[in-house]
Amino acid sequence: MDKNQSQFQTDPNPTSGITEPFSGSPRHIQAKVVATRRITNDVYHLSLMGEEIATAARPGQFVMVRVSQAVDPLLPRPFSIHRVMGDRFDILFRVVGQGTRILARTAVGETFAVTGPLGRGFLLAPGRVLLVAGGIGLAPLFFLAQDLISRGFCRPDEVTVLAGGRGRADILCREELTELGVRLQITTEDGSLGRPGLVTSLVQEQLEAASEPIRVVSCGPKAMLQAVAGLAAAAGCPCQVSLETGMACGLGVCLGCVVRKADTPGPAYLRVCREGPVFDAGEVFNS
Amino acid sequence: MNHPDLTVTLGRLKLANPVMTASGTFGYGEEYAGIVDLNRLGALVVKGISLRPRPGNPPPRIVETAAGMLNAIGLQNVGLTAFIRDKLPYLRPLAPALVVNILGETEDEYVEIAAALSDQEGVDAIELNISCPNVAAGGLVFGADPVATSRLTARVRAVTRKTLLVKLTPNVTDITVMARAAVDAGADGLTVINTLLGLAVDLTTRRPRLANVTGGLSGPAIKPVALRMVWQVARAVDVPVIGVGGISTWQDAVEFFIAGATAIQIGTANFFNPTVTMNVLEGITAFLIDSGVAKITDLIGTLRLT
Ligand SMILES: Cc1cc2nc3c(=O)[nH]c(=O)nc-3n(C[C@H](O)[C@H](O)[C@H](O)COP(=O)(O)OP(=O)(O)OC[C@H]3O[C@@H](n4cnc5c(N)ncnc54)[C@H](O)[C@@H]3O)c2cc1C
Ligand SMILES: Cc1cc2nc3c(=O)[nH]c(=O)nc-3n(C[C@H](O)[C@H](O)[C@H](O)COP(=O)(O)O)c2cc1C
Ligand code: FES
Repeated sequence: MDKNQSQFQTDPNPTSGITEPFSGSPRHIQAKVVATRRITNDVYHLSLMGEEIATAARPGQFVMVRVSQAVDPLLPRPFSIHRVMGDRFDILFRVVGQGTRILARTAVGETFAVTGPLGRGFLLAPGRVLLVAGGIGLAPLFFLAQDLISRGFCRPDEVTVLAGGRGRADILCREELTELGVRLQITTEDGSLGRPGLVTSLVQEQLEAASEPIRVVSCGPKAMLQAVAGLAAAAGCPCQVSLETGMACGLGVCLGCVVRKADTPGPAYLRVCREGPVFDAGEVFNS
Repeated sequence: MNHPDLTVTLGRLKLANPVMTASGTFGYGEEYAGIVDLNRLGALVVKGISLRPRPGNPPPRIVETAAGMLNAIGLQNVGLTAFIRDKLPYLRPLAPALVVNILGETEDEYVEIAAALSDQEGVDAIELNISCPNVAAGGLVFGADPVATSRLTARVRAVTRKTLLVKLTPNVTDITVMARAAVDAGADGLTVINTLLGLAVDLTTRRPRLANVTGGLSGPAIKPVALRMVWQVARAVDVPVIGVGGISTWQDAVEFFIAGATAIQIGTANFFNPTVTMNVLEGITAFLIDSGVAKITDLIGTLRLT
């Protein structure tokens, strides 16, 4: 198999400086856990060793992790690639059920069967960008912020991260984001950190204050994505959203992960694992 | 001992080994290209093709269950024309036999697809998915009615010289009745089984967890049922039976051979272990060597009842 196949397809118009990361051929590897960290009460961070995945991964892409050798739970679980360092890649996850409970108990030295990198990631483009995260939705957006800066698409001060959550425990990676030098603004519903309320209020302010269109990129609960997409559309700003659905294969073959394509007369569906997980908001939210 | 002889024959079709993929779980092959050495497969079965493209069912379409999953994909596929134009050129040069799974809402649709595929070089066999509602018969699935099964098989048989496989549904009282109907009408082999109809309920909303309400159960949970049906069918007919349902290890596969399967298909296991086809192939080979069996065909149907 072609090991060096490019994971990267460049926009047909090279002068635009826009790069769209696609999945090339994914790999299936046994990845050893090299570090584990409990971030909050129910959020964990795992570092896995896997050069094939780490070097090919683009922000917004994900991996499928088989959490158990047994047949219950049966299916692998999808997780965004949170960051890469050399031949390591990290995931950041919230415990919500059986699979993530098993992952949370992982010890250093254990191995997991991992397939990736999968899916179509975020568009990388120069200039100001607004990254809007709801809770654990920060996982892929952190990688995006880091990549935009390290590849020279953006100066740190051109990246604004708006992070929202129910309470202060939902606001993740504060130190790491500060280290990157990005602008960070926070909202919590209970007011325990940052401004009380919903992250969408910050989005609206930022978009209103901007003198020219800013790129908006968002990951989080579906209702939030829909609201952010609506605000971006009203302000004439391009908007990308990263979606989550239940998945079986992650490879585009089971057709189980689909979402309805927006603005089509008859039903048409897009695979979140293949055409996504990152979509232009207009592809998946009706105008 | 030398490398065992893994070749098996289905009708006039010779397979280098008995490991096949199951329709709808391996896409059009290319999706697994970086993970599996496709050329080592005995046969590759593609996602079910209909005459025209089908959008499929609204989501949610899948739900995980204990040791299995339910799916109600709604037979989404690219349609015959796009399959021939976009997918076949990639598949044609590959080593494994190419089996095209087909589906329709009427007999005429199946016949039209089968006739078109018969002219296609590189297509080695046609597998009829008869677990589809027969619109003319008020939506009863073809495969639940021996008369409909027989008529459909005979009509497709009349338009193709390719190897013809009929894939039986387990959602019937006596699968051997359907098996005989298909074989008497000219099937070269039978694929046993498709998914078992199931339901999952969300406790909070009290709604079905699939938008389609019911879905097909697959995965390790169905293996004993599939194995029992393969055994029954293999005793009832004299054409090769392809065993499918819950196979995820080489041991599972060997059980199917002993119960009477000439070849096996692997479906859901591709999702949770993308290299499972290779693992099973290697495991079967090692098993034959270890147990001193020279040919896989010497293992088939060797279930001891006394
Ligand atoms: C492309 C993609 C990237 C993802 N990235 C991350 C990530 O970086 N970090 C992270 O913590 N999670 C992420 N997820 C979600 C993660 O896959 C699920 O939380 C996980 O599969 C749950 O497994 P479980 O066995 O713990 O829970 P389960 O027992 O499977 O489910 C527990 C509960 O959560 C619900 N649930 C499960 N999966 C989802 C989902 N995808 N969307 C909404 N509800 C769901 C179930 O309906 C159930 O109510 C991602 C999902 C996708 C599709
Ligand atoms: C997501 C999914 C899609 C499927 N699509 C088809 C199909 O298009 N045609 C068909 O004949 N069988 C289809 N099947 C059934 C499988 O080919 C197989 O018969 C069944 O899943 C049992 O095998 P398994 O337990 O190994 O998955 C599908 C199964 C699954 C899980
Ligand atoms: S998860 Fe199987 S097609 Fe997307």
